[in-house]
Amino acid sequence: MAPPAQSQRSPSPSQPSGKSEVSDLKLQLRQLAGSRAPGVDDSKRELFKKVISYMTVGIDVSSLFGEMVMCSATSDIVLKKMCYLYVGNYAKVNPDLALLTINFLQRDCNDEDPMIRGLALRSLCSLRVANFVEYLVGPLGSGLKDSNSYVRMVAVIGVLKLYHISASTCVDADFPSILKHLMLNDSDTQVVANCLSALQEIWSAEASTSEEASREREALISKPVIYYLLNRIREFSEWAQCLVLELVTKYVPSDSSEIFDIMNLLEDRLQHANGAVVLATIKVFLHLTLSMTDVHQQVYERIKAPLLTLVSSGSPEQSYAVLSHLHLLVMRAPYIFSSDYKHFYCQYNEPSYVKRLKLEMLTAVANESNTYEIVTELCEYAANVDIPIARESIRAVGKIALQQYDVNAIVDRLLQFLEMEKDYVTAEALVLVKDLLRKYPQWSHDCIAVVGNISSKNVQEPKAKAALIWMLGEYSQDMQDAPYILESLVENWDEEHSAEVRLHLLTAVMKCFFKRPPETQNALGTALAAGIADFHQDVHDRALFYYRILQYNVSVAERVVNPPKQAVSVFADTQSSEIKDRIFDEFNSLSVVYQKPSYMFTDKEHRGPFEFSDELGNLSIGGEAADNVVSAQRVEENDKDLLLTTSEKEETRGSSNNGSAYTAPYDGSSTSVFALQTHIESAISNPTAADHSPQASLAIDDLLGLGLPAAPAPPSPQLKLNTTAALDPSTFQHKWRQLPVALSQEYSVSPQGVAALTAPQALLRHMQSHSIHCIASGGQSPNFKFFFFAQKAEEASNYLVECIISTSSAKAQIKIKADDQSTSQAFSTLFQSALSKFGIP
Amino acid sequence: MISQFFVLSQRGDNIVFRDYRGDVAKGTAEIFFRKVKFWKEDGQEEAPPVFDFGYVQTTSTEVLKSYIFNEPIVVDAARLQPLGPAAIFMQGTKRMPGTAVTKSVLANEPGGRKREEIFVDIIEKISVTFSSSGYILTSEIDGTIQMKSYLTGNPEIRLALNEDLSIGRGGGSVYDYRSSSGAGAVILDDCNFHESVRLDSFDMDRTLALIPPDGEFPVMNYRMTQEFKPPFRINCLIEEAGHLKAEVSLKVRAEFPSDIVANTIVVQMPLPNYTTRVSFELEPGAVGQRTDFKEANKKLEWGLKKIVGGSEHTLRAKLTFSQESHANITKEAGPVSMTFTIPMYNVSRLQVKYLQIAKKSSSYNPFRWVRYVTQANSYVARI
Repeated sequence: MAPPAQSQRSPSPSQPSGKSEVSDLKLQLRQLAGSRAPGVDDSKRELFKKVISYMTVGIDVSSLFGEMVMCSATSDIVLKKMCYLYVGNYAKVNPDLALLTINFLQRDCNDEDPMIRGLALRSLCSLRVANFVEYLVGPLGSGLKDSNSYVRMVAVIGVLKLYHISASTCVDADFPSILKHLMLNDSDTQVVANCLSALQEIWSAEASTSEEASREREALISKPVIYYLLNRIREFSEWAQCLVLELVTKYVPSDSSEIFDIMNLLEDRLQHANGAVVLATIKVFLHLTLSMTDVHQQVYERIKAPLLTLVSSGSPEQSYAVLSHLHLLVMRAPYIFSSDYKHFYCQYNEPSYVKRLKLEMLTAVANESNTYEIVTELCEYAANVDIPIARESIRAVGKIALQQYDVNAIVDRLLQFLEMEKDYVTAEALVLVKDLLRKYPQWSHDCIAVVGNISSKNVQEPKAKAALIWMLGEYSQDMQDAPYILESLVENWDEEHSAEVRLHLLTAVMKCFFKRPPETQNALGTALAAGIADFHQDVHDRALFYYRILQYNVSVAERVVNPPKQAVSVFADTQSSEIKDRIFDEFNSLSVVYQKPSYMFTDKEHRGPFEFSDELGNLSIGGEAADNVVSAQRVEENDKDLLLTTSEKEETRGSSNNGSAYTAPYDGSSTSVFALQTHIESAISNPTAADHSPQASLAIDDLLGLGLPAAPAPPSPQLKLNTTAALDPSTFQHKWRQLPVALSQEYSVSPQGVAALTAPQALLRHMQSHSIHCIASGGQSPNFKFFFFAQKAEEASNYLVECIISTSSAKAQIKIKADDQSTSQAFSTLFQSALSKFGIP
Repeated sequence: MISQFFVLSQRGDNIVFRDYRGDVAKGTAEIFFRKVKFWKEDGQEEAPPVFDFGYVQTTSTEVLKSYIFNEPIVVDAARLQPLGPAAIFMQGTKRMPGTAVTKSVLANEPGGRKREEIFVDIIEKISVTFSSSGYILTSEIDGTIQMKSYLTGNPEIRLALNEDLSIGRGGGSVYDYRSSSGAGAVILDDCNFHESVRLDSFDMDRTLALIPPDGEFPVMNYRMTQEFKPPFRINCLIEEAGHLKAEVSLKVRAEFPSDIVANTIVVQMPLPNYTTRVSFELEPGAVGQRTDFKEANKKLEWGLKKIVGGSEHTLRAKLTFSQESHANITKEAGPVSMTFTIPMYNVSRLQVKYLQIAKKSSSYNPFRWVRYVTQANSYVARI
């Protein structure tokens, strides 16, 4: 018998320190040891209880060993039991006592009382002391042959224990084949069941090294063994029945008549009051008929009623476990359950975990004939006092709408939700209407009329706000106030805490701008400025991207941000069918309750940070905080990388949210942004190749009234300049007017440089040696003004520089404009390094 | 197979800890404790030998009891969540209704000698949902035949049910009310039986044969969606009554025979959450009734000690609001739910026709108790 774990806490002051009490106990035990007085066993029990309770709280009572053993020379089973617990505890830690213990237990293994023989054998095998395995073989051998079934039961499990202490000892003693014989012949079914458990473990462990064991393991699911067990199934205890049934699921029958035989034999198990037996039987039925479509469906029909009965009897916990299995089946074959929808109606007093499952089932079984009633019922829950359930119910209505063809009535219902004027109802309904419009754009007219009446001030939840904003952008031509609502939202940019909402706001303002430019112009400018200054990386990136694409070409921008969209036909499912199949394979286990295949909650790498963490003290604080830090640092990184990281992020987010249809939309615009990104970038960096439209970008420039921000572009080392670049002054002038300032900086000029700059010409020659050419210069000491240009070595991409040098303050103020803005920082670095070398021989 | 078994104290200390296989990481119990909290319980007891090396050996509660030597410590009933149907007679310190259907059936004769007796309880929990117009939307009976045997020598028992009892509603929707109304037959949707029950002659004469294990166990669980007459009709009216005021009128009518008395009735109704005050008006001469407005969750509660069959009771409540209600007031309140117990009454008409105990001798005539009770599971009227 395994010892209880030592209590972790140290004995508190109120508990006895032990010493005097222990010696006191010792004395009393000694007095009782030899006594034959009537009632002595009762006194012993009291003392033993004390000893055990001291032991449990961590007081060392090992010194009483001898007295305890002496006192337990009795036929009182309770005393024996307590004594075994005691000796088991100390044998492990105290080798001297271990041998004594073994002697004591071995003697009891030959007691005339079978209960004592069994208990002693059980304790003996539970010692888990590797050095003493040879003492186990004898008692186990005779235990397996004992005339009493309790002793045999204990001996069988004892063999398994021995196997785990020393596999070779167990196998050498030929115990596995004795167990096999017992399994097929013993009259006691618990002995049979124990043999089966033990053999399954032993042969599975041996199978990797021994071919014979592997054959034996296979033999367990052979026809003779399976039929033998099935024929005796009613004699087994409920637990053992489950064990046998689980084994039967692994059996592969040779033909369909065998399948029917097994099912007919097990038919009455479906009427068992024990849910575990029923579920195990159902698993057998389902697995046997997997390849027989019609019969498989009949099985579903057959198991409905028993499952429903189990759900409605028993405790809520049991009921939930069964309901989870029903849920799994309903999700696999909703059409079979479509007439049973009323069973999935929620009762007001059910726990919300039950209601949640039922709502999912109701959603799944909705079809043409029952939708009206189901939706009517769900609408009742929308006013439920249990707000999370009310929300789920509204979502369920939406899901049904998305999976039905005739959504007429449902749309009306959803719109009624919007009129209920309960914050959470409005919020959920908005998200739904948004999804609905993505699938059924033809409903926009009705929906927009209602959505237009909702004051954005009453919508606070980010998801709902994002949905509303999406609709404002998408349908801005139909909603009179769209630009103004968006404008007021933009004005409160700083108060908007959700990055998701700000992202949507940017996109919506863009869309609105394309449709109603004069009314949106102001809002767009403000939004882009706020977006570019936003601390959130994604928001910043999206704003900057919009800004640049607008600058590049408005019509391209429109194609990117607001392309014609295809209606969504099916929203992606949360779980892959592969995962669902795995859960189905693990029917009648926790996998079904968790709705995850077992590897997801048993394998280490799939555990969440809080799951079964070994280092409890070391729990990380959620991922979010860390993410923020990272994204803040990323600001410093290269622009290209930023875009990439963002698109990757979007992808990951997209996939993780994929399943729930209720995340805010990553609409066509944002996805295509990243799809087109590379294309556009190359187009921008290559003006000769791209269809450049300077008017447009100039117009935008003025329209936005923004100075171009200093875009951070770290030097790219491979920037090489064309040594023989040429540019005629008129082109230069034209470009200078057309391009925005990419960089505006102030450098220090070295004292040598100041000294050398007596006349402009001196600097011109110096810069030319660095492939930076002058196109115009002027001024007199101390103030000089230069216009330089340079070209990339491999392509006709120009850099234009205005450079004002004051020798009195030893400063150079430069403005850089570039065709390829992403490299302007690199160029600036080159320029600076060239300038710094001026005057140094 | 079970690796570890532990019972923790409220502080997370091990009260009972068994490591059957030594294959689970240390600290599992602690991790578990972080997630769940157990109620406090004192005393220690060696875990009964249900398991050996993590494999279940026996689960019969009577066998297990023989391994347990400590006096049981009754856990404060209030700490426990209400359990399923089987638990309704075992609500610990809570007093059970009038007939005290098996509160504690430790039937010890004054002399300490155990009395030969057997209890068979037909417990039905009913769920009904009425639409706002009083139409029955759904109804279901979840029934259990619970047996508690104190017979020495475990004699065989035969339990005869209604002869016209049929099981399974074959084809079509189980909610097809028309097909069953009027007929006298009792039609169960489905049922299941305890391990010990033999159904050899069940198909022929609806008799269950069993050798009952000691103690309490469900002989049979059944489920029924056949139409039945709901024991109570609920009528609820809520009307605006001027500025920031509304009036609720709740009427409950008992539709069972007048020799039957329901007890521990509680009617509850959520009110609009801007309700600040409620004043109640009971019918004149009302006894054994109480009213309450649960401020925290804005619920109206009306308790009645008993309702005699055929009678009708009304409650009026005047509500005061803190704000104007702009939406439909009925959308902000309700539904009305009801809990009750009706002893010696069962809605399904399922009956134990006789209870036969195999005789050991001519003088052997143990006490037999067959009792019926109906309880509300989810009894709801929408408004």
